[in-house]
This record gives sequence, structure tokens and C-alpha cells, in this order.
Amino acid sequence: MSQEVDNIQPSYPLFRNDDYKENLANKRNAYEERHEQEKIDEVFQWTTTKEYQELNFNREALTVNPAKACQPLGAVLCALGFEKTMPYVHGSQGCVAYFRTYFNRHFKEPIACVSDSMTEDAAVFGGQKNMFAGLENAKALYQPEIIAVSTTCMAEVIGDDLNAFINNAKKAGHIEQEFPTPYAHTPSFVGSHTTGWDNMFEGMAKFFTLNHMEGKAVGSNGKINLVPGFETYLGNFRVMHRMMKEMGVEYSLLSDPSEVLDTPADGTFRMYAGGTTQAEVKDAPNAIDTLLLQPWQLEKTKKFVQNIWHQPATAINIPMGLQWTDEFLMTISKLTGKAIPASLELERGRLVDMITDSHAWLHGKKFALYGDADFVMGMTKFLLELGAEPSDVLCNHANKRWVKAMEKICSESPYGINTQIHAGKDLWHFRSLMFTNKPDFMIGNSYGKFIQRDTLYKGEADEVPLIRIGFPIFDRHHLHRMTTLGYEGAIYMLTTLVNAVLEQLDKETRGMGTTDYNYDLVR
Amino acid sequence: MALRQCAIYGKGGIGKSTTTQNLVSALAELGNKVMIVGCDPKADSTRLILHAKAQTTIMSLAAEAGSVEDLELEDVLKIGYGGIKCVESGGPEPGVGCAGRGVITAINFLEEEGAYDDELDFVFYDVLGDVVCGGFAMPIRENKAQEIYIVCSGEMMAMYAANNIAKGIVKYANSGSVRLAGLICNSRNTAREDELISALAAKIGTTMIHFVPRDNVVQRAEIRRMTVIEYEPTAKQADEYRQLAIKIRDNRNFIIPTPITMDELEELMMEFGILEQEDESVIGKTAAELAIA
Repeated sequence: MSQEVDNIQPSYPLFRNDDYKENLANKRNAYEERHEQEKIDEVFQWTTTKEYQELNFNREALTVNPAKACQPLGAVLCALGFEKTMPYVHGSQGCVAYFRTYFNRHFKEPIACVSDSMTEDAAVFGGQKNMFAGLENAKALYQPEIIAVSTTCMAEVIGDDLNAFINNAKKAGHIEQEFPTPYAHTPSFVGSHTTGWDNMFEGMAKFFTLNHMEGKAVGSNGKINLVPGFETYLGNFRVMHRMMKEMGVEYSLLSDPSEVLDTPADGTFRMYAGGTTQAEVKDAPNAIDTLLLQPWQLEKTKKFVQNIWHQPATAINIPMGLQWTDEFLMTISKLTGKAIPASLELERGRLVDMITDSHAWLHGKKFALYGDADFVMGMTKFLLELGAEPSDVLCNHANKRWVKAMEKICSESPYGINTQIHAGKDLWHFRSLMFTNKPDFMIGNSYGKFIQRDTLYKGEADEVPLIRIGFPIFDRHHLHRMTTLGYEGAIYMLTTLVNAVLEQLDKETRGMGTTDYNYDLVR
Repeated sequence: MALRQCAIYGKGGIGKSTTTQNLVSALAELGNKVMIVGCDPKADSTRLILHAKAQTTIMSLAAEAGSVEDLELEDVLKIGYGGIKCVESGGPEPGVGCAGRGVITAINFLEEEGAYDDELDFVFYDVLGDVVCGGFAMPIRENKAQEIYIVCSGEMMAMYAANNIAKGIVKYANSGSVRLAGLICNSRNTAREDELISALAAKIGTTMIHFVPRDNVVQRAEIRRMTVIEYEPTAKQADEYRQLAIKIRDNRNFIIPTPITMDELEELMMEFGILEQEDESVIGKTAAELAIA
């Protein structure tokens, strides 16, 4: 019952050995007061019924995996996108350990982020002392050029005032008066990670531009600003750089963590790498316009761009799929007067070619999806373009306006007439839908794998395989380096989707002498 | 005798701290071992016992030492008149931090450090007038104060406050052992005050445990940072506090209150002439409009 030195095994397959099986069974019988397997199965089957779904959707007092994270997580990601910026969270230490863990499980990278570790006396007297010492230490130890401050629940519940605390820290000489300290209040119990990103971006924009608007003129630098929002596909930052360069458009990508979240193993640790420079942020009000790549999550940023920078913040949809990438590029072309180059036309043509090549396999296939408001909307749009049918689209943090916009998008395509939109629902609701609506696949983050397991337990015919597109993806490697935006992103997603369909088909048709008449070499 | 824990609530400025300290002095005079726990960031619940301006509080000492874990009981517990043990929870300056959390931290500290020893007969919690958040309900959570006394007077707002506090007690009483033990009328010399408070007490389901008349000797003693019991033990007012102490000592009438509605309360006040019959035709009318009418 122990490991052998020459054959160290992980829990699987080790626990499948007879002695472990026996040991675990003994423990279960002696201590766990487990119900009979029959009873467990009965309850399991009940949770897969329409009747249970109705009860589930009438649930009032409980959320089971909301498919969203909290505000400061978004604020930290936003801050990581700026050059030599240390994300600093005013509040409890454990929260920040969670942010770092969450990101490094997804990106497989070390994440630099500090907290000022508020404890019991700070909860009573307020966290000003922690802020004083924290700012001073963070600057001395890690030599950032910007410290971007956000907050955890603890500081928010007691009403700590970041503006006052930071200014007092400067007055008391803990850091220099002119040291950049953008900040955002990010109560975790309001909104989601996308709200936090939006708040932190507004904080950045405020710090570097609000009191420096004199002499700024819209269009004077001839640039386009791009604001990504809570974006975790590093390829999406890279594809924006590439498309703008190919168009010959001068641009600023405001918040770009694609370097610091993808540093090489060459013997040098980089706490900071790449990122949007302070100069670019300061220059942002001089741009022709600022385009929000995920408009449903950038409400505050939009207001700031319109009211302070006096730019139109021309409305676009997330540049995902064919039509919305077209519209995005045409909007840029219109704003800058630069033509869309042949290279992007060629790329578009390739995407259209791929869509036609694969359409027979995707036509009529049903996909259920969950995730952030803009992502699921863009994905829905793309599925409709492919002739696939989005069966259920779920977003926890979306509002009623979003639901209406989604319904409009779906009503405009014959593939969308049966689509159900679920705002404010969680993954336990989603689980019910997987049993009752039985889509062919679900699209979302790693958490969907448990729903897949459950559907398989009901029976092989009921299994709904998960296609991993979203955030976080903890259980597959390197997918965060892929691209989901632009034609390039559509090419990646199409490849992923159609091969998931084909793999599933192979799985179903490889029965020797039973289904293998359709186990084809050519698909 | 088993330890009895009592919490004193009431509208801000009604005289909770003064009444509590005089009452506790009288109990000590009767030979009881008593502790006062001040649950108010102002930290003025023990000054008459200690002859001090304001006692150094648990939270201020904790902030100095770095954390509550670095404190010991003798750092925070002072002994004053009649062997009364005094503790102040303390808390932040107005406008920052979280005073409620301070009360929770302080009381947890006292429990962990064994401040509630077997020798004590009574613990009195003197709580901030406006129970603005859960922290100020800490003294009546499970295993703490089980008797609540509300200090009030015959003034309208004091009675509103008393009724509201009774509402708050119901929430805790239904799930625990905390009970309303009576109203203490701290007289403001309003008309028929004792009858009014007795009537209010009856409606809520309790009694007016004592009527404490108004007497300037209380102020004279307070200037000297003393209770009346200590400053002028022969004063008539000292006897009033002694009576209050005896009544509380012998009190067994602990109930779950039945707070009354606003309408009932207003009716009661009208009955006693505190509130005049409402003329609904004038509501929302300006002076100019009324002049025309």
C-alpha cells in the first residue's frame, strides 16, 4: 500500500490498486455515513430532469459557481498591461494570493502583485497605516514606475478612502508627490472581474489625463486607441498589433500584458516586461478615437472617453467572427482614412474558404456557451455565421439591455430562432440545461468539465463535451496564447470547433464492427 | 451566584453612561463584584468610576502594540471605585475605519483572556446609543448579555428609540436567550413621565424598573468625575440609584418584547398629550397655502 521508489504513481492510477480501493471503501463505510448507491443514483437522475430544472431556475437564495470572478482580479489584469506597473491591492493578503494563483494557473507565469495585508486593527482603525508602509515598501522593493491601487472587500466595507490615503502617504513623504498612483475602488461584492477592469482603466485614464487636458486636441496625433477590456487571450493583443501595422494605422493598445504574461525562460526573471507606456496614456486624448473592443464591459471607460477626452468612442461590437471583424476594420479605415490592405483581405478570404470547407460538419450542430458578456455575444455571432445553432447562451454579469441585444442578434438568423439567453444565471442552471436541451457541445472555461462528467454519468448518449474557449483554462496548456479576435481568431476558433465535432464523431464511430462503417479516413 | 451579563441601550445622550456608572457603584456598595465594558468609541463609560478623563482603550493599545494578540488583560483592565473592573473597547476617530468591528474585537479579546472570571457577579455593557451596525449588537449575541435594560425618558424621540431597540432585541431573542429586562426612566421632568413610561413598558411587555428623578447633584458629581454614590452617599439621589440597583439585582422579569407599531406609539403619546392629534389636512402645505385656506 505504499509507493515504490522506482515506480512513483500519482493518485490516478495509484488509487485504482486493490489495496487502495479496499482502504477507501473501509473509510467510506466506517466514517462517511454514505447513502446507498441506489439512493445517490436516484437523486442524481432527479437532478437531470425537467422537473428539477424548473425548481433550479426558481432558485432564489443560492449561487452555484457564477461563472465570474471579483472586481480586484480584473483591476490587477488591467494594471499588468501597463509598463513597469505593480498592481497593489489595498486590503487582505489572502485575496491577493488568490489573484496571483488564479492568473498563474491560467497563464503558467509568475504574477507580480502586492497587498498591504490589512489585519484586525486595520479593520477597526482603517487601513491608512498599511497604505503608508505598503506604498513605501512596494516602491523600494520592486522599483515599479507606476503603482496601481485597487481594493478588496475588507477595505470597502469599512469605507477606506483611497484618494485621501494615497495623498496622505505622499504628504507624509512615504512616496514622492509625483509618483504615479492611479487607483480604483473595486468592491468584490459589486459587479464582476470585468467591472474591476473597467474601474481600474478609468483610474489610469483619470490619473494621467484628467488634470492634463489643456492643449489636448482630438485627432492631433492621428492615432486610434484600442482598449481591450478583460482579455486573457494573448494572441488577441498580438493580432491587434499586427492588423494595425498592416493597415498602417498609428495606434495605442491601452493595457497590453502580452509580454509580462508570456516571458521566456532564458535565465532572466522579468518582473516587468512590455506594456503600455505612460507616454501613450498621456497622449491618448489626442487620438482620433478610442475603440472599446469589449463594449459591454467598458461602461465607465466609454463615459470617460466621451466626456473627458471628447472622443466619440464609436460604437463597435467585439471584433470576433467574420462580420464583426469586417465592421471593426471598416470603422478603423473610416476613422483614419487608411485602406484595408490586401494582406487582411487575403486573410479574410482564407477564413471564408475555411468556413465553406467545414460548413457541412458544423451546420445545425448545437452549442451551449457561457462566459463574459462580450465573449459569448461574439461567439454567438460567429456560430450563427458558421450555420451552427447556439442553444443556450449564459452570462452571469450581463444586464437586460444585453439580453435584448442578444435576442436581436439571434432573431436575425435562422440558426438563432431557438436560442435561449440566460442572464444572471450560474453554472448549476447551465448544468440543468445540458441535460434537458442536450446540445452537441458546450463552450466555456475549465469549470465546464464537471458538467461534462455529470452528463457522461447519465449515459454516453447524454454526454456534452466541453470545448475550452474562455477564462480561466486551468487544465489545458498554452491555450491562453491563442487568438479569438479578428480573422485570425475566427480561424483558430473554427479549427477548434470543427475538430471537436470530428473527434466526437470518431469517438462514436470507432466501434469495431458496429459503427465503424462511418469511421472514415476522410472527413 | 452565577454571572449576570446586562447590556444598557438607549437613545444617544439619554444618560446611559451616567446611569450605568451610578447603578454599578450602588451594586458594588451592596457587595457585588462588577465589571463595566464600554462599547463606544468615545470611551466615556468608566470615567466616573476611575476618576479619569478617558480610559486607555483596548483598540488604542492594540494599535500601539501592533495587534490585539500582543495585549494582556492587565494592560486594558483598570480597577476603580468599589473594586469595579473597567474596560473600554474604544475604536477609530469619527469618519474612518469600523467602530463596530472594534467592539467585536474587544469583546472577543476579553473572552479569550478570561476577563469574565467566576468571581464576577455582574457585567454591564454600555453600548453606543445608535445601534448602527452588527458590531454594536455584539454584546447581546449568544453567550453574552442576556438582560437588556433600555434607558429612556418621557420625550418623544427617546420613546421611539426604546421601541426600536425592542424591535432589534426580538431578532436576537427568538434565536437565543437574550431578553428585555425593563425600562429605566431617566427623568427629564416632562409631564406624567412615570405613568407614560410605565404605560409604554406595559405595551412592550415589560416594566419600568425604576423612575430616576432629575437631580443636579448628578452633574455636581460628574464635574468631579465621580458617581453620586461616591461623591455624596447621603444624597437623596444616591438612594434612588441604590433602589435601582436592588430592583435590578432582584429582577427576574425577563421577556421577549412585543414592540408596538408607530401608530400605537403615537396614539400613546397623544393620550399623554406629548403629541397633538394630527390634522392631516395641513400635511404638505406651505405657510402661504395655509394662510389662504
